[in-house]
Amino acid sequence: MITVENLTKTYGRGMTAVDDVSFTAATGRVTGFLGPNGAGKSTTMRIVVGLTPATSGSATIDGRRFVDLPNPGTDVGVLLDASAQHAGRTGREILTLVQRTMGLPKARVTEMLELVSLTDDEADRRVRNYSLGMRQRLGIGAALLGDPHVLILDEPANGLDPAGIRWMRDLLRGYANRGGTVLLSSHLLHEIEVIADDLVVIGNGRIVAQGTKAELLASAGTIARARDTAALAAALERGGLTVTHADGSVRTDATPEQVGEVALGAGLALTELRAADGAGLEEMFLELTADTQREGVAA
Amino acid sequence: MSTTVLDPATTEVTAGRGRSRTASARIPLTRLVGVELRKMFDTRSGFWLMASIVITSVLATAAIIVFAADDQQTYDNFAAAIGVPMTVILPMIGILSVTSEWSQRSGLTTFTLVPHRGRVLLSKFVAALVVGIVAMVIALVVGVLGTLVGSLVTGLDPVWNVSVSEFALIVLGSVLGMLFGFMLGVLIRNSAGAIVAYFIYTLVLPPLLGLLAVNQKWFADLQPWVDYNNAQTVLFNGSVTAEQWRQLAVSGTLWFLVPLAVGLIIVRRSEVK
Repeated sequence: MITVENLTKTYGRGMTAVDDVSFTAATGRVTGFLGPNGAGKSTTMRIVVGLTPATSGSATIDGRRFVDLPNPGTDVGVLLDASAQHAGRTGREILTLVQRTMGLPKARVTEMLELVSLTDDEADRRVRNYSLGMRQRLGIGAALLGDPHVLILDEPANGLDPAGIRWMRDLLRGYANRGGTVLLSSHLLHEIEVIADDLVVIGNGRIVAQGTKAELLASAGTIARARDTAALAAALERGGLTVTHADGSVRTDATPEQVGEVALGAGLALTELRAADGAGLEEMFLELTADTQREGVAA
Repeated sequence: MSTTVLDPATTEVTAGRGRSRTASARIPLTRLVGVELRKMFDTRSGFWLMASIVITSVLATAAIIVFAADDQQTYDNFAAAIGVPMTVILPMIGILSVTSEWSQRSGLTTFTLVPHRGRVLLSKFVAALVVGIVAMVIALVVGVLGTLVGSLVTGLDPVWNVSVSEFALIVLGSVLGMLFGFMLGVLIRNSAGAIVAYFIYTLVLPPLLGLLAVNQKWFADLQPWVDYNNAQTVLFNGSVTAEQWRQLAVSGTLWFLVPLAVGLIIVRRSEVK
């Protein structure tokens, strides 16, 4: 379990990168860390693993500070930036350095290469010749090499092709189901929505929402369609519901039940009625971060 | 149903944790030194930098055999010829062993696996020391071979005019030069910047200080105590007086120990990005 308490990081120029951030990433669950660029996701993650000193607050892994872990790689797998590797080393060599540092058997390197589907030929190439997707796979391999029970991944889906994203999703799901803790950040909303159990949304260094995915998406509203969408929208507005339009459908904060009743009352046949899931998180994300983003621009 | 799913998972985790607990002894320094040594050789540039120690030693030796007069085929001349490339290559190795973690950003992994930067730098220091001393042993051997080959070519008896203590001083001088590079690496943490700083220190600064000493009486007296470069050069001249040792200590504190301490403080507090 990762526990972050009242974490604050300010820089000399009066800039606050992380502002009183508290959250937990629970054991056996995938926690999605969501926010626009520059919101403080990476800074928070760097503080957790001790690369950046916090101004105040604390971050612990199962009650221990990261720096107090005797052999951190065997407890926490970390991937912060897949491109942060010596370009002149081969993929196999990078994993070998990780394996040696942790004092694990050499066979772990081959196992990890297999796990992340890097071929022998690719493993012996220098990392400067790797695509971003291959670097991400290598980075995941390095993070998992010590068989950790906590994973901290910053934008791991970046650069992966659709098959790679699917692979990553299954890998992390299986990892969490076996009792692992996963904290992953992303600005790829769809990815996070598919994989995460819990969400922490951060904007301008501050947490703007957190909870289980189900909780956060429950308030996301309803999408409905009727043959006469305009009439449906008008009916909903008459019923005192706020309505937004998007590509021929109607979106509202009300529950599907309410919308159905309004439509029945107005004698309109609905062609679609569902909870706003797919776009829900995106709406929420944009909505929740809109204020902080505007502040950012003004400042 | 949820219990049947959860139960095996819980057992697996407990098993996993039990195993990792036993494996989770603090990482020993010897292992870190081993890893740091490996890092010095495992890239093409690193490998050739190391290979250049042997290559330049052999080239310098060959040059003496080919170009020097017969009566100049003495061990001290071979040692001096080999020493020249060493004084450039060893500091570069010292610099790059530190700066590549920042310039290549591999420090992100290194300092996450070992979240004690002082220990990482200590193991780099030891690794650099090992390489420096081994390099000097290689130089010794190549110099001996050169002297023997030289005597075969000229038909004269080989001249062994370097004593053990003189050789020890040369080793010390070369290793100090290497550690100066290491210090610059820690302080500047950028390959290009540290290399430029090194050449300013070894090529630009000495003539300037010399000029100052010639023109300013007060500095002429002071120079031996504050000119580390000068104090180090003395080591290559075969004998060192007690006062020269003190001058080496004083100027070394000023140019090596203090900047190294500052660098260590900065490294430990800085962000690794």
